[in-house]
Amino acid sequence: MDLDPSPDEAAFRAEARSWLAAHVPTAPLPSLETAEGFAAHRAWERILAANGWSVVSWPRRYGGRGASTTEWLLFEQEYYAAGAPGRVSQNGTQLLAPTLFAHGTAEQRARVLPPMADGEVIWAQAWSEPEAGSDLAALRATARRTSGGWLLYGQKTWSSRAAFADRAFGLFRGGPAGERPHQGLTYVMFPLDAPGVTVRPIRRLDGKPAFAELFLDGVFVPDRDVIGEPGQGWRVAMSTAGSERGLTLRSPGRFTAAAARLAALWRERADPADTALRDRVADAVIAARAYHLRACATATRETEAAASRAAETRAGEARAAETRSGTRASARATVRRAATAATARAADRQRADNPAEASVNKVFWSELDLALHETALDLLGPYGELSDAAADAPGGGRWAEGYVFSLAGPVYAGTNEIQRDIIAERLLGLDRGRR
Amino acid sequence: MWFDLDDAQREFARTLNRMLSAADTPAVARAWAAGEHGPGRALWTRLSDAGVFALAVPEAYEGVGPLPVELAVALIEAGRHAVPGPLVETVAASALLTALAEEADASAGDPGDNAQALGGTTPSTGDTPRNPDSTTPSTGHNPRNPDSTTPSTGENPQNPDSTAPSTGHNPQNPGSTTGNADDATKDAHDTARGPDDITESSARAAAGFWLPRIASGRASVTLAAPAGGPYALDADAADAVFVVEAEGPTLRLAAGHSPVQPSFDPARRLARPVPAGTVLARGRAVAAATARATDWAAFATAAQTLGVGLTLLDRTVAYAKQRAQFGRPIGSFQAVKHRLADVHVALEFARPLLYGAAVALARGARDAGAAVAAAKVAAGEAAYDAARAALQLHGALGYTDEYPLSLWFRKARALRMAWGSPAHCRARVLAG
Repeated sequence: MDLDPSPDEAAFRAEARSWLAAHVPTAPLPSLETAEGFAAHRAWERILAANGWSVVSWPRRYGGRGASTTEWLLFEQEYYAAGAPGRVSQNGTQLLAPTLFAHGTAEQRARVLPPMADGEVIWAQAWSEPEAGSDLAALRATARRTSGGWLLYGQKTWSSRAAFADRAFGLFRGGPAGERPHQGLTYVMFPLDAPGVTVRPIRRLDGKPAFAELFLDGVFVPDRDVIGEPGQGWRVAMSTAGSERGLTLRSPGRFTAAAARLAALWRERADPADTALRDRVADAVIAARAYHLRACATATRETEAAASRAAETRAGEARAAETRSGTRASARATVRRAATAATARAADRQRADNPAEASVNKVFWSELDLALHETALDLLGPYGELSDAAADAPGGGRWAEGYVFSLAGPVYAGTNEIQRDIIAERLLGLDRGRR
Repeated sequence: MWFDLDDAQREFARTLNRMLSAADTPAVARAWAAGEHGPGRALWTRLSDAGVFALAVPEAYEGVGPLPVELAVALIEAGRHAVPGPLVETVAASALLTALAEEADASAGDPGDNAQALGGTTPSTGDTPRNPDSTTPSTGHNPRNPDSTTPSTGENPQNPDSTAPSTGHNPQNPGSTTGNADDATKDAHDTARGPDDITESSARAAAGFWLPRIASGRASVTLAAPAGGPYALDADAADAVFVVEAEGPTLRLAAGHSPVQPSFDPARRLARPVPAGTVLARGRAVAAATARATDWAAFATAAQTLGVGLTLLDRTVAYAKQRAQFGRPIGSFQAVKHRLADVHVALEFARPLLYGAAVALARGARDAGAAVAAAKVAAGEAAYDAARAALQLHGALGYTDEYPLSLWFRKARALRMAWGSPAHCRARVLAG
């Protein structure tokens, strides 16, 4: 057990660090929930993409570097430690892209991913409806079959980034129906400037249009923009939900960097006699460290799973070789070794693959994010009252903006109440009861 | 990067779990609480046969360590099964003696530095070997091992001070006697051979004597140090009571202990070491070794605490599945589910902190103490949350001495404060 990067991982980290040191904007960009900030963040995405740092874990053919999960963790740590901006393309790169990798066609990946990676097309999510939030399967917006595609009708709400984004993805009732509300849903992508789409921005707590209502009246979606089989949208969407709650959306680097800034703030400004506040700072530092370390364990299991898959492939090849060349002892030994390794790792892989593990992360990071920012504001005293737009705002407004953002964490991506139900039922084995 | 247990480490955990499940450990803990140490000693022998106590002892002293990851694995299992006895203190004493011996070795290699650090130079060898057993009767040396009289390292034997001519107070440290009724006894041990000499010869001799015995399970020891409070855990059962006193600082082999004080967790038997006994070492080396031992104690406590929390959660989940009210299992109520889910989340995030601290300790990292403190806070709070949830969800049943839940509940409370309070650990985290 160790936490040391391999030579390759260390080289990757050093390359990222030196590039970031040279390119990260010296002052925080304006909030990405404003028109001006959105444009500035989009421009930053282009710079990242032009230098190959936009989506490091993607395959190279889509603009990535094929980085391992460990390398991604290292990159994220460097990225946020360097004070680099939050990612305006996150809905696409962290939610839609994993869905396309799992369920999309080669044509969809080739068409959608590159302009997503460089910020040319920024995506909004269209999940919730006025009657469907935590109970997402109660959604009513429909997709009706038409020649060569589907027509979307209905209303979506709380659509993050939709005020300024280019396209959206979400679930609609349509396709072969089943007995349960989860069946008969179809997962589609659609443009926000298409005929029949009305976008009405909604201002969040601090007045910024961070999300929007979408009114859809016969919006045409061609068949090629349906992800997975029509009617199977729920299954497709659940892989996206796992990403949203898991590590990739809320990378540990973000919290370790914020915790380091908080500890520095404590040393600079705090009253050493205020041990109650000191303990809250310490708890935030501890929790950020815990989140980072748990991510390291996840990365290890993913590496292990990849090694196990490779071993199975080798075993298959060895079996084929054995068949070709009769009874070669070395081939038999290879088969045995690979089979043993695969068996030993099956249990771990099963655990790593349990989507409820993402719920454990979601509850933890959302509460950590909130605690970090609440503690910072308390530490800042009167300056904690200032909005991120104020000239005097400490940290270039980072704490104020981060606070407002963190307030939503326990609500979006599936409320923490729903996540706790998932943990209790799928990890602790308690009965499903009333919500 | 490879941040996960390997197959051998998982198998080690499974082996211990099977053994402790079969041993009816709760009954052992009950007996221990009543002062019957027989079943507990038998269990310790089985633990040491499985290699547990060798993990904190270096190979030079017949151990296999230090292996903090494996130690964490073992202590999590010990906590899960409520194994009684000074587990943490034995680990910490191992770290203390190892650190002192290493310091003595390093000093012996560089007499100039030694002079500076310890206030004088001295030959590191040359004492006449004596029977080490003759120096330890007051601490109840393990009678099960009569052949243990030859120090395995061939270094100086145990406690030459005790037989050296007494010439009165230590001139380097006149304040080290505390002026109590035991001064006469104390003076007999507190010879005037000089603090550096004490460090070099007797600390190394103590390491050579005790560490192989700890590693093999022939001895269980306990330790009282300023960071751990005034009491020595399970001194009545231990083969040696080591005491670090702030003055000097001084490492002493206590000549005995006060009567056992009743405590909230009766399986944790608390007694004050008497302020008399053989001085083994004094000075800066003791301070450094004690700091290291305290980190190991906090680390071992965190591991044991995590195990306690895991059992409290497991038992409460099992209870919530079978206990019905209003016609359905209480585990189907959202208020119950959410409380247990929160406990699960907290324990699951304490675990990587513990292993992160193990990695830091294994490397001797500069920030190992902060990493240990973080793990201690997280494990302590998570286990205590688990204890409170367990008590609440078991209802009045959980509030009884008789029901086994009490074994873990009481331990969760005690371990939260043992070897570093939450406030102390949080301050340590911020100090880096």
